[in-house]
Amino acid sequence: MTGMGAGLRRFLIGLPFVWLGVFFLLPLAIVAAISFAESADAIPPFKLDWTLANYRALCTGCLSVYTSSLALAALATVLCLLTGYPVAFAIARAPGVWRQLLLFLVMLPFWTSFLIRVYAWIAILQPSGLINRVLLASGLIEQPLPLLYNAFSVTLGLVYSYLPFMILPLYGSLSRLDESLIEAAADLGAPPRRVFLDVILPLSLPGVAAGCLLVFIPAIGEFVIPDLLGGPGTLMVGKMLWQEFFDNVDWPAAAAIAMALVVLLTLPLLVAQRFLEREDPA
Amino acid sequence: MALLQIIGASKRFGAVTAVDRVSLSIERGEFFALLGPSGCGKTTLLRLIAGFETPNEGRIVIDGADVTAVPPYARPVNMMFQSYALFPHLDVAGNIAFGLKQEGMARPRRAARVEEMLALVQMTGFAKRRPHELSGGQKQRVALARALAKMPKLLLLDEPLAALDRKLREETRLELTGIQERVGTTFLVVTHDQEEALGLASRIAVMNRGQLVQIGTPADIYERPGSRLVADFVGAVNLFDGTLVAGVDRLALQVAGIEAPLPLLASRDVAVGSAAALAVRPEKMRLSSARPEGFALPVTIVSVGYQGGHSTVHLTTTSGRSLRAHLPSEASLGLARGTTVWVSWSPPDAVVLTE
Amino acid sequence: MIARRGGGLFRLSALFFGFAFLYLPIALLVLYSFNGSRLVTVWGGFSIRWYGALIDNEKYRDAALTSLEIAVMAATIALVLGTCAGFAMNRFRRFRGRLVFGFMLMAPLVVPEVILGLSLLLLFVAAQSWIGWPASRGIVTVTIAHATFAACFVAVLVRAQLTVFDRVLEEAALDLGARPLAVFWRVTLPGISPALVSGWLLAFTLSLDDLVVASFVSGPSATTLPMAVYSSVRIGVTPEINALATVFLGIVFVMVALAGWLMARQERRRLATATVTA
Repeated sequence: MTGMGAGLRRFLIGLPFVWLGVFFLLPLAIVAAISFAESADAIPPFKLDWTLANYRALCTGCLSVYTSSLALAALATVLCLLTGYPVAFAIARAPGVWRQLLLFLVMLPFWTSFLIRVYAWIAILQPSGLINRVLLASGLIEQPLPLLYNAFSVTLGLVYSYLPFMILPLYGSLSRLDESLIEAAADLGAPPRRVFLDVILPLSLPGVAAGCLLVFIPAIGEFVIPDLLGGPGTLMVGKMLWQEFFDNVDWPAAAAIAMALVVLLTLPLLVAQRFLEREDPA
Repeated sequence: MALLQIIGASKRFGAVTAVDRVSLSIERGEFFALLGPSGCGKTTLLRLIAGFETPNEGRIVIDGADVTAVPPYARPVNMMFQSYALFPHLDVAGNIAFGLKQEGMARPRRAARVEEMLALVQMTGFAKRRPHELSGGQKQRVALARALAKMPKLLLLDEPLAALDRKLREETRLELTGIQERVGTTFLVVTHDQEEALGLASRIAVMNRGQLVQIGTPADIYERPGSRLVADFVGAVNLFDGTLVAGVDRLALQVAGIEAPLPLLASRDVAVGSAAALAVRPEKMRLSSARPEGFALPVTIVSVGYQGGHSTVHLTTTSGRSLRAHLPSEASLGLARGTTVWVSWSPPDAVVLTE
Repeated sequence: MIARRGGGLFRLSALFFGFAFLYLPIALLVLYSFNGSRLVTVWGGFSIRWYGALIDNEKYRDAALTSLEIAVMAATIALVLGTCAGFAMNRFRRFRGRLVFGFMLMAPLVVPEVILGLSLLLLFVAAQSWIGWPASRGIVTVTIAHATFAACFVAVLVRAQLTVFDRVLEEAALDLGARPLAVFWRVTLPGISPALVSGWLLAFTLSLDDLVVASFVSGPSATTLPMAVYSSVRIGVTPEINALATVFLGIVFVMVALAGWLMARQERRRLATATVTA
């Protein structure tokens, strides 16, 4: 803005910069430092040192947890994409008035307690829960299906929770699609299937990428869902970190787990930054 | 002392020079117009005066004070924006009072001034309305009232008639000139519409490619254009390019495709042998079926365009040159395509152009 | 139009199944909040006893008040921080550290909550030993943590709103004698008010709903509602939770509908005042 004082500018940049520097970057640096510390019987429960013991423990015991977290997050992302795309597509093509309402309805669950909604799935998936009772009553199965406390329930929980984060960027991309491009394709002889594959899908890729990043990255470190809906076979990184910290009171181990996770996420994070910056019509 | 003096102002954006060493003087109480095609730099010049841009070179002096480095909120200049820029979160009164509030004017005086302004633009009673409830013409009046509320020394108007339909344009033009006379403020209008400029202003400056090309009264600009550019941009014109030759007892213009040289009344220093152009306005052209006395050209009628009060007749010479004549519609009755007629004009009605 | 006509059935069923999936748990929660019986497997008739139990439950009541207190404070701080940051990113194209700034604004949006929680806790512990503050963890530390990540969400909303804000309004204000600070306060902020309102509401909801970060950085004195719910859930089925969820749903629905209506009204006004220039 013409003549905007240097003081005002410094304040507008400085205030959030300093706050985030102190309360986001600095803590991460401290986590890095603690990951080299030694667990101790003290308050706080560690002794500052420089040891790689925590990382060694990680490599020997826990790598599989990282891979299974990555796998579950990836699976959830793909399923979110497959479920979310048709919904986003349908909303984008709905008449104007309906669109706002539908978007509002997509966001509404997000605004209500996440914890309680995940908990509700227990009631649905458990052996005496809704799904099994319906299936048993209709005679389709004889024994209740094991739908809970396994990879199925965790994946379902992940897809359920992160679906709005996939739908919104997809909707953003699809709604910006120029109608006349579709008409031009049809005019040039493309049937609906090809219009979708050759025009709509490629043009919606920015939304697809944004949605996948917004689901995949946080899902890897998710805690609540594997804790409430998961079983012994579905240990994810987030839950492992929580256990080390709260149950074992081994802060350095938790810190090492966190650092490994941060390193794992660095590449996707950089991709996300490059990408989400470009999406913003600056 | 002139109210506004622009002294050698230039403004560059990267490799583009938007305003190129422009010098201009505007007197108190004038209704001045900056006229030019899109991209000529008139809007940039306006923004330099308002203070939204700073010139790379030159100075801007308002009422004797050098304001070149002064920010827009401290200049005694106010602007009526092309898009009106009314604050949507304030009502009409709030919009008009905005500048007064910034000055620190006391509430009762503010309210009185707002009522005064509303009366001036004939919008009394609209004080509590919101911008989104107003029509385009109403929004413009509010924008004008807001810009005049602080009684600035200079009011800038950015394409004020551009968004209006023809009828509204006429009415608004009258109102603007009326208001300016009543209030006495110096107005500076920027426009690409020559009709707008000719109708509103007491003096016009024509700009092209960042430079001032000609300054004068509307009559000066129209009747005595100084260059091909001005002649062509302001109103329609018939241009004959050629070389100056010595005629019978005066200079004449030898034009390709026309046997006899066109006689001139040379009003400037022109040398035999140099290139020049003759500009004749369409309404100065006279058509007759019989060959008139003096100089005349044989032409064929291509089309007759009826436009209500007058008609535009398109003609072509024997060598294929296109000409245009404006005639009162009664005079154009009976003129048919393909008819051969004679076109002529009196020498004082033609202007010699060397640029 | 081909895509509209032909795929109609597909699109309708996509919407139907999609929304059914999203709302199934919610529908169940609401339904069972009125279930007279304790168990989900048995329908014991319509009853509002669990709402009564909820109100009587001191643990939840205290936790709810704590959560509300934190959410209001965190949302307000997040609003200030996020507005400054969003404005800075939108208006200041070049400044030292812009890349880092952008990263710090984006990362908390996607980084797993366990990392946010752990890192902030370690910060508070370290700070306590270095400078003696915070003496104990509780409401203040949770507020700071929530404000930190919520600010990033607010910044996204503010940035988006700024891109559709007509800057000529700022020029008009400058022209009329307002200094840059007055322009920001009297013209720009009112102009982006939809983002400010929805930003505050979003920050409020995020704070109210957070379990993981609060668990890490809170202390014995401050139990938030999600923390209370979580500890109940670990123990077993507690029907009051269904009632709680339904109450939550109702409140949020009203608040968000209100905000949405206000924003739509503002948007209509903005579009009506914006004139298309040739």
